[in-house]
Amino acid sequence: MRQMLVALIAGVLFGAGLAYSGMVDPQRVQGFLDIWGAWDPMLAFVMLGAIMPMVVAWLVQQRMQKPFADAHFSLPGTTRLDARLATGAVLFGAGWGIGGLCPGPAIAGMAIAPLSAAIFVIAMLAGMAVQRFVIK
Amino acid sequence: MTEAFARAMPQEGLMGGLMIGIAAAIMLLGLGRVAGVSGLAARASGIAGGAPRGVALAFIIGLPLGAFLVAAINGGVATHFPASSTTLIIAGLLVGFGTRLGSGCTSGHGVCGLSRLSRRSILATALFMASGIVTVALMRLVGFL
Repeated sequence: MRQMLVALIAGVLFGAGLAYSGMVDPQRVQGFLDIWGAWDPMLAFVMLGAIMPMVVAWLVQQRMQKPFADAHFSLPGTTRLDARLATGAVLFGAGWGIGGLCPGPAIAGMAIAPLSAAIFVIAMLAGMAVQRFVIK
Repeated sequence: MTEAFARAMPQEGLMGGLMIGIAAAIMLLGLGRVAGVSGLAARASGIAGGAPRGVALAFIIGLPLGAFLVAAINGGVATHFPASSTTLIIAGLLVGFGTRLGSGCTSGHGVCGLSRLSRRSILATALFMASGIVTVALMRLVGFL
């Protein structure tokens, strides 16, 4: 219960940050990727702002035995660079460019443009299911 | 160009980014997990394993709640979603498939991984940015943008 509350607070803050920075507007995201058009640098500022506290958080994490509200850290440990990672990233990038949407802004966008965001999110979940159950 | 920079409002980007980064820090230091939205969405919907489902679901439900709060306080949030359902569906399928195959998206690789200097995340972020830039350039070339 306590863990769900922590996750909910993090989710609300994350979604608020996406909306406040204009990242729930697919046109602005496409504008960032549109380097031969009217380039919009906003996403770079958002990334910079988001990475700064996380650099500190990783330094703090190294000095902690366990997280504040859970028994242990469950962090990705793989370091291998493989074709799977590269192919996935390239396909994701193509979809990101086509729609101007990645998972966070699409889900947060359900509060702003419910119908369009829901169509995208349902297709996204279908794509995830295809990856999980059909083409592994 | 000047117009693009004028509407960029870097301080709002930095501030919104800080909120995102602090949210990711809460997930990391509070629950010991990376705030990767694609992974948590897959977990919440039952497509993949990982975090306790309630935790993933709580985070995912929080996203639209946070956006709703900002819209309520600021009197709306500007957005321009693609008008075509076909575009939304093709984009969604690629994003869903690609993020799972590549183990992450803008949040997991871009924010959490880059700040940890993970080589997998550095490669993934470079590739999805490059792929997005090429895709948008191609769309511009064929008159789709």
